[in-house]
Amino acid sequence: MSKSIRNALIGATLVGAGFTGHAQAETTLNALFMAQAAYSEADVRAMTDAFAKANPDIKVNLEFVPYEGLHDKTVLAQGSGGGYDVVLFDVIWPAEYAANNVLLDVTDRITDEINQGVLPGAWTTVEYDGKRYGVPWILDTKYLSYNKEILEKAGIKEPPKTWDELAEQAKAIKDKGLLENPIAWSWSQAEAAICDYTTLVSAYGGKFLDSGKPAFASGGGLDALNYMVTSYTSGLTNPNSKEFLEEDVRKVFQNGEAAFALNWTYMYNLANDPKESKVAGKVGVVPAPGVEGKSEVSAVNGSMGLGITTTSKHPEEAWKYIVHMTSQETQNAYAKLSLPIWASSYEDPDVTKGQEELIAAAKRGLAAMYPRPTTPKYQELSAALQQAIQEALLGQASAEDALKSAAENSGL
Amino acid sequence: MTGTWISTRAWLLMLPLLVVMTAVIGWPLIDTVRLSFTDAKLIGTEGGFVGVDNYARMLTGSNFQRALITTTWFAVISVAAEMVLGVLAALLLNQKFRGRTALRALMILPWALPTVVNATLWRLIYNPEYGALNAGLTQIGILDSYRSWLGEPGTALAALIVADCWKNFPLVALIALAALQAVPRDINAASIVDGAGPFNRFRFVILPYLAGPLLVALVLRTIEAFKVFDIIWVMTRGGPANSTRTLSILVYQEAFSFQRAGSGASLALIVTLLVTILAVAYAALLRKAAGAS
Amino acid sequence: MERQSPLFSVFIHASALVLAIVVLAPVAWLFIMSISPAADLSAKPLAWWPSEIDLSRYRTLLSAVENSAGAAFIASLLNSLKVAGMATLAAVVVAVPAAWAVSRTPSVSWSFYVVIATYMLPPVALAVPLYMGLAHFGLLNSVFGLALVYLTILAPFTTWLLKSGFDAIPREIESAAMIDGARLDQILRLLTLPLAAPVMATSALFAFLLAWDEFFYALLFTSDQRAKTLTVAIADLAGGRVSDYGLIATAGVLAALPPVLVGLVMQRALISGLTSGGVKG
Repeated sequence: MSKSIRNALIGATLVGAGFTGHAQAETTLNALFMAQAAYSEADVRAMTDAFAKANPDIKVNLEFVPYEGLHDKTVLAQGSGGGYDVVLFDVIWPAEYAANNVLLDVTDRITDEINQGVLPGAWTTVEYDGKRYGVPWILDTKYLSYNKEILEKAGIKEPPKTWDELAEQAKAIKDKGLLENPIAWSWSQAEAAICDYTTLVSAYGGKFLDSGKPAFASGGGLDALNYMVTSYTSGLTNPNSKEFLEEDVRKVFQNGEAAFALNWTYMYNLANDPKESKVAGKVGVVPAPGVEGKSEVSAVNGSMGLGITTTSKHPEEAWKYIVHMTSQETQNAYAKLSLPIWASSYEDPDVTKGQEELIAAAKRGLAAMYPRPTTPKYQELSAALQQAIQEALLGQASAEDALKSAAENSGL
Repeated sequence: MTGTWISTRAWLLMLPLLVVMTAVIGWPLIDTVRLSFTDAKLIGTEGGFVGVDNYARMLTGSNFQRALITTTWFAVISVAAEMVLGVLAALLLNQKFRGRTALRALMILPWALPTVVNATLWRLIYNPEYGALNAGLTQIGILDSYRSWLGEPGTALAALIVADCWKNFPLVALIALAALQAVPRDINAASIVDGAGPFNRFRFVILPYLAGPLLVALVLRTIEAFKVFDIIWVMTRGGPANSTRTLSILVYQEAFSFQRAGSGASLALIVTLLVTILAVAYAALLRKAAGAS
Repeated sequence: MERQSPLFSVFIHASALVLAIVVLAPVAWLFIMSISPAADLSAKPLAWWPSEIDLSRYRTLLSAVENSAGAAFIASLLNSLKVAGMATLAAVVVAVPAAWAVSRTPSVSWSFYVVIATYMLPPVALAVPLYMGLAHFGLLNSVFGLALVYLTILAPFTTWLLKSGFDAIPREIESAAMIDGARLDQILRLLTLPLAAPVMATSALFAFLLAWDEFFYALLFTSDQRAKTLTVAIADLAGGRVSDYGLIATAGVLAALPPVLVGLVMQRALISGLTSGGVKG
C-alpha cells in the first residue's frame, strides 16, 4: 500500500521532470551524515546508491563526520551558499536551528501517509514550536547490553531490572574475579555522557528544567549523577569510561571485557557478528533498567532526523532524497543497526527475524524515551553538564556542587 | 636613478604581498575588533554595540582564567623541555659515533609528520584499553594496571606535552646542531688545553654560538605553543573536565560551537594581546643578546 | 682532536641508541599498526609484531570506487595537493619581488616586519571575519578560498627566507649589469633568480609542508569532498566510527608520506634554510 503510493508519487515527479525536459541539468545534492552510532557508512552509501539508481538525474555527495563535529559543521556550512542540502540533526538541535533559521520548515510537505505511519514518539525528534524541521530517520535509545556467558558464570539468572540490581550483579561478577570492572559507559567529555546521564535521570524521575530554569541539581537529576559517581568509585564501572565514546564502549564489550554496557541500538548486531566481535552469540539486550517505585525501565531519546537546509538550492530534490532515506522500504532493508521509524515495521517478520530480543527491548525502551531539554541554548547547557559530570566522577567536586555550578553556567 | 624612484619601485614590488596581507589579515583583524564590541552571532543577527561588556565578562569569567593557566603550563613546560632536549640531542649528534649520519637524518621524521597525524598517533598510543603505552609499561612491570592517560586531569596535559615535545624537539636539535658545527674547532680545543671543565666549556665557549639561533627557535616555539589548537582538538578536545582546554579551544567553543561571534572575538583579541606582549618581551631579549655578542 | 675515553664512547653510543629509539619508535609503531590485522591491535597482551601482514587498509583507502570511503580519502588527498600547491606557488610569486625589494631597499623593510609580525596572530583572532568574508565571496568550502587564506601564512615565511637568500647575493653583480644597461626584469630573471634558485626551492618546500600541515582553517572553512583537506579527513576518521585502529594508522602513514619523503631527501637544504633565516633574521 505505502509502497504503491510512493511509487506513484515518484512516477508523477518523474513525469513532471520529463515535461521540463533536459533543460534541467543533473542536480547535485550534498548531504551530511555522521560516522558514529546507528547506520554504518556502508549502509548509508548503499541506501544512497539505490536512490541514485531510481533518480539518475540526481547525484548525491555524501559527507561523514564524527558526531562531535556534526553540529558545528552544519552551522558553519550555513555561511557557504553552496553548503549542504540535507543534514542529519540530533533531537536536541531543532530549537537552536529554528532560532537561527538553519532548517526549512517541512510541516506541509509531510503526507498523511508518512504522518500516520511513523511512530508518534519519533516525530518529537524533529519538532519545535509546533513545526516540523525534517523527518525522523534514526529512532534510537540506549539499551543495556550484557554478556550472557559472564552472567551465567556468576550465577546470575536474569539481567537487571533496576539500577540497584545492576550494581549488585556487577559486584557479584567483580567479587568472583570474572572481571575487574564489569560495566562500560561512554562518559567522555562529550554529548555521549549526557545521554547516559539522561537515561539515569529518567529512571530516577528527575527533571532538567522547571519552567525554563535548571532543575537538575536536586531530586532525580542529583540521584542520577550520584549513581554514576558511586558506580565509578566502587570500581564496578570501568574507570576508562571517563574517556570512552560509544565506539570505545563497543570495542571493550565486543572484546569480552565488559559484562554490561549501555549503548545505542547499533551495538547489538555488531557485537553479535563473529567477524567483528569475540562475544558473538553471547550478547543479550534489555531496556535500560528502572528504579524501584519510580520507573520500570529508562531511556533517553537519542533519535535523529534528516532536514533540508535553508540555503539549499534544490529543496525539492532534497526532500525526495529524505523521503527515500526515511521510507519504510529503505528502513526495513537496513534494520540491523538502526530500527525503523515506522510503527508497522515492528510487526514485520522480515525486520524482527534474528533480532527478536532487540525488538522486544525496543518496544519497551522506545516507549519510555525521555527527552533532553529543548532550548536554543542547548549546546551551552550540555557543555556545562558535561563538565559537571566529569568533575564529580574525578572527585574534583561533589555531585551536588558540580550540578549547581553547571546550573549557573548553563546560560539559562 | 633617483632615490625616490628606487623607493617607489620597492613599494611597487612589495605591493602584491601587502595587498594580500591587508585583505586577508588586516581587514579581518580590524573587523574582529569591531565584532568584539558587539553581541553578534555567527549566523543570523548582526549584533548591536555592547561596549566593553564582552571583555569584562570574558576576563572575569573562570573559564578564561583557567584556560590561561592551562595554556601557560602547556607553553612553558613543552617549550622548556623542547629546548633542553633539543640542545642535549644536538650535543650528542655533534659527537663522533657509528651511525651518526643516519641518526641525524632520522631526526627530521617527527618534525615532518603532520601535526594531526602526530596527535592521532599519540592518541592511539595513550589508548586506555589497547594503547601501546599501557601495554609496554605493564609488560616491563612499571605499571600494574592500565591507566587512562588522557582521562585523568593529572596526566592528560602531561601526555599532550609529551606528544608535542616529541614532534618539536628534533627541530630544535637540528637548529642547534647547525650552530654547533659553526663553533671553530681550535677555540674548542684551546679551551680544553686551558683546562676548562665540560660545564664551563659549554657555558662560555659553545653557548654564545647557540644563543642566537636558540632564541629565535624559543620565540617561534613559544608563540606556537601559546596558540596551540590542533593537537588538543584531536587528542582531548579540552577534556577531561576541561583540564586541557587552552585559550584557542575556548575561543573556538565560544565563537563557533556557541555561535557567540562577539564575545568570541573579544576573547581572541585578549589572546592576541598576550601573544604580542610575549613576543615583544622576547624581541627585547633578542636585541640584548645580539648586542652582547 | 679530542681524545675519547672508552667509557665516554660507551656513554655516547648508548645515548645515541636511546635517542634513535625515542625518535623512531612512535613512527615505527604507526607503520606496524597500519599493517597489523585488527585482532592483533586489540589483543591483550598487545601483539607488538603483526601475526601476518595485512595490507587491506591501504587497498580500502586507495580504492577509487565511486562513493566509497576510499574515494573520499583520495579526494581529500587531492584537495590537500591542490590547496598546498596553489598556495605555495602564489606565495613564491608574491614573495620574490617583495623579498628582493626588502633586501635591496632597507627603507621599506618596516612594512616587511609588520607582515612578519602577523605570525603572532592566533588564527582564532581572524577566523570569524574571515569566515564571514569568505562566505560573502562564495569562497567557503572551496580550494581557492582555503589557498588564499594559506597564502597569508606562507607568504611572510617565504619572504623571510628569500630575503636572507637575496642578502647573500652581492649587490655588485646587479649594479654591474645595471651599468651595462640591463633592465631590472632582465637582471632579476637572468642573474639574481638563478643565483637564488636553491633558496627559492627550499622556501617553496617549506611553504608546501606548512600548508600540508594546516588544520584549523581547513576545519572551519571546508565542509565536504569539494575542499576538505587530508588533515581534517584524518581527524574525522580518528574521531568517528572505526573499530579498526589500523585504518586510522594507515591514513596517518599515507598523509605523512609526502612530507617525510621531502624531509628526508631535502634535509640539508631545509636545515640550512631554517638556520640562515633564523640567524640573520
